[in-house]
Amino acid sequence: MKSSLKKLSKGLLTASAATAALSFSVISQAADTIKVGVLHSLSGTMAISETTLKDTVLMMVDEQNKKGGLLGKKLEAVVVDPASDWPLFAEKARELLAKEKVDVIFGGWTSVSRKSVLPVVEELNGLMFYPVQYEGEESSKNVFYTGAAPNQQAIPAVDYLMSADGGSVKRFVLAGTDYVYPRTTNKILESYLKSKGVKESDILINYTPFGHSDWQTIVSDIKKFGNAGKKTAVISTINGDANVPFYKELANQGIAAENIPVIAFSVGEEELSGIDTAPLVGHLAAWNYFMSAESEINDEFIETWQAFTKNEERVSNDPMEATYIGFNMWAKAVEKSGSTSVDSVRPAMYGITVPNLTGGTAVMNTNHHLTKPVLIGEIQDDGQFEIVWETKGGVIGDAWTNYLPESSKIVADWSAPIKCGNYNLQSGVCSGQNY
Amino acid sequence: MNWRLWQALPLVCLCLLFVFSAPGQVLASSDASSNEELATMLGEKSWDKLETAITRLSVKGDDESQNILTLWLSGQLFIEKKTQRLVTAEKSGRTYLISDPISGDAWGEVKKRSLKKVRINNRLRNSIKTALALWDLKSEDPDKRLQAVKEISKDINVSTLPLLEGMVEQETDTDVQAALTTAIALYNFQQGSDELKLESLKTLAESDNPIVRSALESAKNTTKDKQLLQGIHSALADLDRRQDYYSAVESMFFGLSLGSVLLLAAIGLAITFGVMGVINMAHGEMMMLGAYTTFVIQSAFPSLIEQSLFIAVPMAFIVAGSVGILIERLVIRHLYGRPLETLLATFGISLILQQAVRTIFSPLNQAVSTPEWMSGSWIINDALSLTWNRVYIIGFSLAVFLTLLFILRHTRFGLNMRAVTQNRAMASSMGIHTSRVDALTFGLGSGIAGVAGVALSQLTNVGPNLGQNYIIDSFMVVVFGGVGNLWGTLVAAMGLGVVNKLLEPWAGAVVAKILVLVFIILFIQKRPKGLFALKGRAVED
Repeated sequence: MKSSLKKLSKGLLTASAATAALSFSVISQAADTIKVGVLHSLSGTMAISETTLKDTVLMMVDEQNKKGGLLGKKLEAVVVDPASDWPLFAEKARELLAKEKVDVIFGGWTSVSRKSVLPVVEELNGLMFYPVQYEGEESSKNVFYTGAAPNQQAIPAVDYLMSADGGSVKRFVLAGTDYVYPRTTNKILESYLKSKGVKESDILINYTPFGHSDWQTIVSDIKKFGNAGKKTAVISTINGDANVPFYKELANQGIAAENIPVIAFSVGEEELSGIDTAPLVGHLAAWNYFMSAESEINDEFIETWQAFTKNEERVSNDPMEATYIGFNMWAKAVEKSGSTSVDSVRPAMYGITVPNLTGGTAVMNTNHHLTKPVLIGEIQDDGQFEIVWETKGGVIGDAWTNYLPESSKIVADWSAPIKCGNYNLQSGVCSGQNY
Repeated sequence: MNWRLWQALPLVCLCLLFVFSAPGQVLASSDASSNEELATMLGEKSWDKLETAITRLSVKGDDESQNILTLWLSGQLFIEKKTQRLVTAEKSGRTYLISDPISGDAWGEVKKRSLKKVRINNRLRNSIKTALALWDLKSEDPDKRLQAVKEISKDINVSTLPLLEGMVEQETDTDVQAALTTAIALYNFQQGSDELKLESLKTLAESDNPIVRSALESAKNTTKDKQLLQGIHSALADLDRRQDYYSAVESMFFGLSLGSVLLLAAIGLAITFGVMGVINMAHGEMMMLGAYTTFVIQSAFPSLIEQSLFIAVPMAFIVAGSVGILIERLVIRHLYGRPLETLLATFGISLILQQAVRTIFSPLNQAVSTPEWMSGSWIINDALSLTWNRVYIIGFSLAVFLTLLFILRHTRFGLNMRAVTQNRAMASSMGIHTSRVDALTFGLGSGIAGVAGVALSQLTNVGPNLGQNYIIDSFMVVVFGGVGNLWGTLVAAMGLGVVNKLLEPWAGAVVAKILVLVFIILFIQKRPKGLFALKGRAVED
């Protein structure tokens, strides 16, 4: 009895000591670390793509800590799972900002997830980096967009197709999955093509549901559309795994890339891994980064990435580069301003430059979009892309496209004197509405 | 037009060179064997310079150049960065085996990053194909000659015309002969005098080659001459008439092909739901199991891709069938006559199976290869070709249907099954082991679903969600066709497929599907028992 009482009291003592130590360590950590929030889906439909970006942020945090952290403090990643559920993105963002008190968030993939987070980061004055190519028409004070705006992907892709190297294409099929990004992008492209003198009858627009698998009719229509005496190309905003049966059907119906090339905006190394790409050779994709880019910094990045994931076959892709650029810019801005507070980091971001993985430099502009080069790659039989064309120097990301009448009069500029993400040049009004 | 002339220019020079340099050819080719020279020529970054390289190889015209161009086109030519020599590389595990493209000597193993691919883009691919077609014109194989003539007729010019004209008289194969006549007529139409143009239109009006249509369409916009314009219009009208006919045939084929997929997806359910009356939400996952069986067999025997489907079909039947029997024995048996609980339980099973596949394989889609004999299309003529995979799947679905019908009608097991479904008590008292028949029937339905999965693996993505994408369609077909009637399922599947595909060009893929669903809802209102109603256990209850 006595001994058991002794045991109990001893146990209690250890437990309380442990609790004390634990709470102490939490306090000391809170004081000593800079918290980096990671808001990427780790389950649900988007998990396939977003898990990679979570790992990228973790790797970047790791690397930064190896270099001694920031401002003499270690970085600490706080990972949450919004589970591909759009309203949950807002809740998790609130949790990160209000409860975890993170200094910066890296996250989001789909446009709808970003739109869901916007009101939260604006209300709580957070800072978010969004790393995926998107349809533009937005610039929030609290978000930096490190993926491509339409003029950094879609427009150069069309320019390439219309050039002699791209085959002097005169007729276009715009094929997309039926949701926001393809619809907005195609609206912009249609208006751009018309401004380049392409006739209405030379444009065919087609939408299909998510996960569409019976492409017979559409591919046969594309084939017929391509037989009208003018070089034809397909601009594809088809999303996710619907691409596999689409490309298969193209190959089966005998449409080779030399006859009717397909240029895709949502197909990268990650999407091609695990697909037999032999029948796809020669089809194109437009991005700001390809894994095959030849530069020392890229070799180094891939090596670190494959070591971090312990997988020598692991590929890298464009949204990863955007995360890489965003993270490095943020780190540089924190060091420049000597603080992690949003109000001092944000102005320090403007004009900041970091090397991008393709060998040039990326610049952050006052409209919260990047200046970076645009590349066109051809699919190879090993699932990689061969870069066949690139812009000379960087292209400045344009938040509000010039090719839609209602947004051509709007500009985004967060520096004085405009200080607005949607300033109407004609009326002089800042609408302030982002969502 | 400008572009065409510009493109023709190097070929004209090339041909002249070809003619004048014939005696010196031996000397030139001995010269070309140097790997170094080729490496500097093909190591260029500029597309224009590479284009010149193709022209030079084409001028040389020897077998070695043909070999280099073929390797280049298939993406097997590399420059080794360190030694700056031209190599062919073949992947072997992590590294690449390199060899001399000229002599074929093996040069050892290297890492991928030490090789630089000889650049190629779609423009160069076209040029190489045209260049290689010049060699193929002399080929023994009439198919190759036909392809070559078609390739050359894409961009026929002064230099290639005499080659084709020279071939016409000697050509024995009628198809090649026809292609040659068309090609020459095409040239006359594009470059000849107005009279020649009118003359050539007669030949062109009979061709279904897409290039002819292209040429006529673009000439339509530029021709000023009234008589000629009229000729073009009437030729195009001829082409249109034939194309409309072929399009109708094609739409019908697409419809039947979609119908056959629906049939395959629904036919297993026609047994489990239709005959037994079990609302089986895990039906889609049985198809998924079949598709994964195909994947496993292909990964286990990578050398047997061509035969893999023949092994996969019985294997998928066994795997999905045994899982089906297991589910029936463990879960469904206890729930007969309680449709709501069955629905919930089988839905739960479907989630368990999906998660199991996610854990065992991965949440990502798996790559299932298509055997060579199922790729490409069956070219009936220039305007009509049917894709092989769809042709086989239509045949396969009908075979599965007929087999099932045979089992139900003409075997002892089928007889027992029908007896149990129609009157369980009576069947039992006649000495039929009813619970064993139940298990086997459910196993048969599941097994058939597994077999359908093998076919689906050739059409769509093999992933954990494969089943979910088809479950709604399956129920739709079975309910529409009439629960418990196999013929109803066949008619419903084919009918819905054809209607969907006829609507699609007119309404778009999204709206077509919605219209079909609306139609079914209205139809079920009118005839709740579907197209063909039959008595079964489900109906009696």
